[in-house]
Amino acid sequence: MILQPAALALLFAASLNALLLGAAGLFALHLLARWRPEAGGEAQIGLERRTHLVSSVVALSLWPALPLLALFVHTADASAPFFTGAMCAVGSLKANAWGLPALGLMLAGFFLATAWLVLHRLDALGSDRPLIRAKYRLLLVLAPVALAQAALLWLYFLGLRPALITSCCGSLFGPAATGVAAQFAAMPEALARPLLFLALVATLGAGATYLYGGRLGKTFGLLAALHFPLALAAIVAFIAPYIYEQPNHHCPFCLLQAEHGHAGWVLYPLLFLGTAAGVGAGLAAAARAGSLKAEAPRLAATLARLSVAALAAFGAAVVAYLGRSNLVM
Amino acid sequence: MNAWIERQRGLIDFAVANLDRRRGRNLGLFLAYVLVVFLLASVVLYGDALRREARQLLADAPELVVQRLTAGRHDLMPADWAARLEGLRGVTRVQGRLWGYHYDPAVAANLTLLVPAEGAPEPGRARLGAALARSHGLGPGDVLSLRDHVGQARAFIVDGLLDTASELANADLLWVSEADFRAFFGIAPGLHTDLALSVANPREVRKVAEKVLERLPGARVISREEMGRTYDAAFHWRQGLLLTMLSLILLAFAFLAWDKASGLSAEERREIGILKALGWDTEDVLRMKLWEGALVSVSAFLAGYLLAWLHVFHAHAPLFTAVLKGWSVLYPRFALRPEADFAQLAALALLTVLPYVAATLVPVWRAATLDPDEVMRE
Amino acid sequence: MIELADVHKTFNPGRGNEYRAIRGVTLAIEPGRVTALRGPSGSGKTTLLGLIGGLTRPSAGRVRLDGRDISALPERFLTRLRRDAFGFVFQQFQLIRDLSVLENVMLPATPTGRPYRRVRARALELLGHLGLAARADARSQWLSGGEAQRVAIARALINDPPVILADEPTAHLDSALSIQILDILADLRRQGRTVVIASHDPLVFSAGLVERVVDLRDGRVAP
Repeated sequence: MILQPAALALLFAASLNALLLGAAGLFALHLLARWRPEAGGEAQIGLERRTHLVSSVVALSLWPALPLLALFVHTADASAPFFTGAMCAVGSLKANAWGLPALGLMLAGFFLATAWLVLHRLDALGSDRPLIRAKYRLLLVLAPVALAQAALLWLYFLGLRPALITSCCGSLFGPAATGVAAQFAAMPEALARPLLFLALVATLGAGATYLYGGRLGKTFGLLAALHFPLALAAIVAFIAPYIYEQPNHHCPFCLLQAEHGHAGWVLYPLLFLGTAAGVGAGLAAAARAGSLKAEAPRLAATLARLSVAALAAFGAAVVAYLGRSNLVM
Repeated sequence: MNAWIERQRGLIDFAVANLDRRRGRNLGLFLAYVLVVFLLASVVLYGDALRREARQLLADAPELVVQRLTAGRHDLMPADWAARLEGLRGVTRVQGRLWGYHYDPAVAANLTLLVPAEGAPEPGRARLGAALARSHGLGPGDVLSLRDHVGQARAFIVDGLLDTASELANADLLWVSEADFRAFFGIAPGLHTDLALSVANPREVRKVAEKVLERLPGARVISREEMGRTYDAAFHWRQGLLLTMLSLILLAFAFLAWDKASGLSAEERREIGILKALGWDTEDVLRMKLWEGALVSVSAFLAGYLLAWLHVFHAHAPLFTAVLKGWSVLYPRFALRPEADFAQLAALALLTVLPYVAATLVPVWRAATLDPDEVMRE
Repeated sequence: MIELADVHKTFNPGRGNEYRAIRGVTLAIEPGRVTALRGPSGSGKTTLLGLIGGLTRPSAGRVRLDGRDISALPERFLTRLRRDAFGFVFQQFQLIRDLSVLENVMLPATPTGRPYRRVRARALELLGHLGLAARADARSQWLSGGEAQRVAIARALINDPPVILADEPTAHLDSALSIQILDILADLRRQGRTVVIASHDPLVFSAGLVERVVDLRDGRVAP
């Protein structure tokens, strides 16, 4: 194990997270079995009160989620020099079998947690708690993800040995590589570029339609969710090579490094924010309970505005990076 | 939105008034908190600065160093070895180096004597590291006297100090001329301590190392990359060890916070009851208490971090020098270059703020869920 | 209009210390009038006041405010409703120590998110009306009983609720001060507010302020 402060902080935060969300998951089971809104007795009131703690806990675990994700990637990136052959985060993450799965779960955890918070907010807006069951069912998914995330991080960091021989990002995204990542990388720009901009324009269009016409809210959420993998694929397929000005360098992690102007720290937060807010807007627009008639569209509009702004900024940043590049492919 | 801001403002006002009302108790907690952050941040800042320093030194080091081993021990390099490496593909320069250790009983410390590749002093003169100069009380123009390998005293006139930006390695360093070096240690002309190889393309380093071993079977080849890793790992390991010990303190602190928060006095419970009876929601009470916690933890974090910064970069980290550096008894005083980075701050904040908030959340929540009519039932 | 339909309240149900405080009360409180709940201690006055004001939830039965059933509302909504509709004056004043009079008065307005400046102006106005303008910065524990009770009334009025609920408002005051407080309550009635008082103080009932008396005994309305 490599005892880095950042690794210790990650393990600590992830374990705490797992503990809190694990307890919240047990409570969710309890609540789903006992929830009787019409009863109004002492037990029901007690249950209602305890939901406050659960929402505070989930909120508390969400706020560090994005910094945690960033810290994890940054730590992987910064510890690349420990491993022979590693040039960036990919090398560190591939130093054992647990790194990439851990990253995947952290991504999933982030989007699940933001979705949960939107449901929670909606639920609190309705006087009859219209989404309480949906909310706690989602928590039953969120809790195992948090537990698995902590477990994978422990396995990953405990399994790290200095001077371990690993491979650099070329093995994952290079021309000779196989697998999903390599297929993304091999996607021709002529296909990836129109696909990305089509998805982006469609998403932004749906968002604008919702904001000005009040229609297509659910479609907007769906498109925002669909846009996300396409955007990741586009980054690997052609945005990254343009930023590196090297046609065969497809790595999405090297973007985070200083020598590439921290481009990743511009693109990824905007993309994540836009996606999470867009999906949230879709959820809010889809809420059908009668007690939410007035409030849900307001929340949906706020989230949609945020999402449209973030995704538009993402698109503008991509265009700017492409325009600034000296690479001709 | 405005209503939201106004409400937060009201909650913050009340949180501040609350902290002020229980000044003694909160001050104790605050000081404990500052101390924890200070210790953790000192370790992290110091360790990271040392690591950066070492990396910087390595940046000037040769890509490969070749040493001769005799019976598994480092031995002097015969003159013809350098010639046998000439013309090796990928190697731009082969250079014999002269360096060695000398134990100086006067200060009970090891010195590193070195003949630099460029800018070596004249015979009879020496240039020394700032820490070394301090421990001997020497400045330019003074005379440093050391006993050579046959016990005879040799005097060197100090003609300058080595630049302090890389004080870590300069701490015990003494630059001398080649003639003085050979005479001092009794090393015959032509022999060297080791060979430095410059390799133009970093991708070829490993290939070159293999070829060196083919040509010189008795040699040991060390790459700069490997040295960096060893340094890094050593620093990380020590830093991590220290942090692990300190996390026990952190744990103790979390218990303290829990205890303080869960031992809500009857007075506090009554007050929360009043607030709830007056129309504060459970969420409002929780928010207010979280603001209270946030004010304490953020201010303590900033204060602790600032103190650690001063401790490490201005007071030269007197608390940790021995543990983290630990390779020289000279205890050089470092002028470490201050540098903060995101990961370091994020890691520290996660390590200190999160446990505090988590430790206070449950007890506060328990108080916040009091029945609103409790006040009437007294 | 506040209506209670066959309301029961049992504390600690099913446990050894079970206590049935209210046992089937049906009652309508007319708006804009002064109603008094009268009865010996332990008769359930305070509990009933809490049920009327949404502080306590009934174990059975319904409470309606202007026709809306509030007995099964989630706590959040009940709290919001209570904040807007009711002002409480508690028996023990229940001011918060070490906070100033002004801060105490402003407390119920914090969760509403009304602008600080306006709340402050309103609080000072109320304190002025109640003759406490000079005491605005005093700490609440320095107040005399009469002053504390008036601060409690100012606090109950900060959100401008249509209904004022007062639990034994004269309990800790001498006769002169009691009459002063009753005058203030009469004033609130003149402003068009509904006033509900729980008391067993004869002075309250002889002051000519109470328009309707509800007699309570053992958790039931006495005939």
